[in-house]
Amino acid sequence: MLRIYCPHCAEYRDEEEFHYAGQAHIVRPADPDACTDKDWGAYLYFRKNPCGLHHELWSHAVGCRKFLKVIRDTLSYEIRESSPIGGKTAVELSLPPSMPPGSNDS
Amino acid sequence: MKHLSMNHLPDSPREGHSPLAQAGSLQPPVGGLALSITEKVMLGHLVIRGDSDAPELARAIHDLLGLRLPSAPLQSCEDEHQGRVLRWVSPDEWLLTLPGENLTEVEAGLRARLDERFAIVDVSGGQTMLHLSGEDAELVLRKSTSYDVHLVNFPEGKTVIITFARSQVMLRRLSADSFELIVRRSFADYIWRWIHDAASEDGSALRKGDN
Repeated sequence: MLRIYCPHCAEYRDEEEFHYAGQAHIVRPADPDACTDKDWGAYLYFRKNPCGLHHELWSHAVGCRKFLKVIRDTLSYEIRESSPIGGKTAVELSLPPSMPPGSNDS
Repeated sequence: MKHLSMNHLPDSPREGHSPLAQAGSLQPPVGGLALSITEKVMLGHLVIRGDSDAPELARAIHDLLGLRLPSAPLQSCEDEHQGRVLRWVSPDEWLLTLPGENLTEVEAGLRARLDERFAIVDVSGGQTMLHLSGEDAELVLRKSTSYDVHLVNFPEGKTVIITFARSQVMLRRLSADSFELIVRRSFADYIWRWIHDAASEDGSALRKGDN
């Protein structure tokens, strides 16, 4: 059982209150009609499967029903931090500007 | 069974029924009375949504209800005299409960004061409120949820939505040994039976109050 910190409720809650919502920072192609099948396929279907830190979305489904961003180590299940959507986590703030969030996962 | 009128539906021929109208038929087990459960029937439940930073929201709540809008997580604000409670649900959502006879007036007042950036939704028919009190009340809650309901973590006035008996409950502490549970209508009977079962395991009996 993971204990996940909800930044909206400002408390640690049990995993059973949350729903996993997949990888974070997936950018939808700006103009779907103009993008290639390969780009669209990558956007729709291809996800990272890192051995280490993974940026992911969770929703506090039973509590405040808000989404949050979680950085979790897939090896140890340790959660480094969680933050509201739109906010920057400490890990992201410490990245050099050339590295977009999530690019250091693999 | 007390006759209840749904007077928030003006001139309605329908008679109001609480979701737990049938629950009274459950026989309490033999044992000492360590806790009691009471349904607060026919309250008005209003969901208020909007930007918590918008000054007009806090002002409307204050002027109309005399309540402070809880902006800190998991807090609630109560006017015991008027029977009104406003609970924080989410950063942009609050739940107001009030006596059913004031519902229409308050709802209309809020709508008149707040524009389309705010949502006021009457959810009175979708949920009901239970009060659980007695020295064993906390014990029964501890059996039913993994949330830490100890007084240190869960003081008076704190409101949380938690998994409870594999269902979902909005729980608020009223005092050291009394709690308020807001449950969905369709789960009310299940939760009531669950609490009854959890209480009877210890040989304590539940008494269903009549409001």
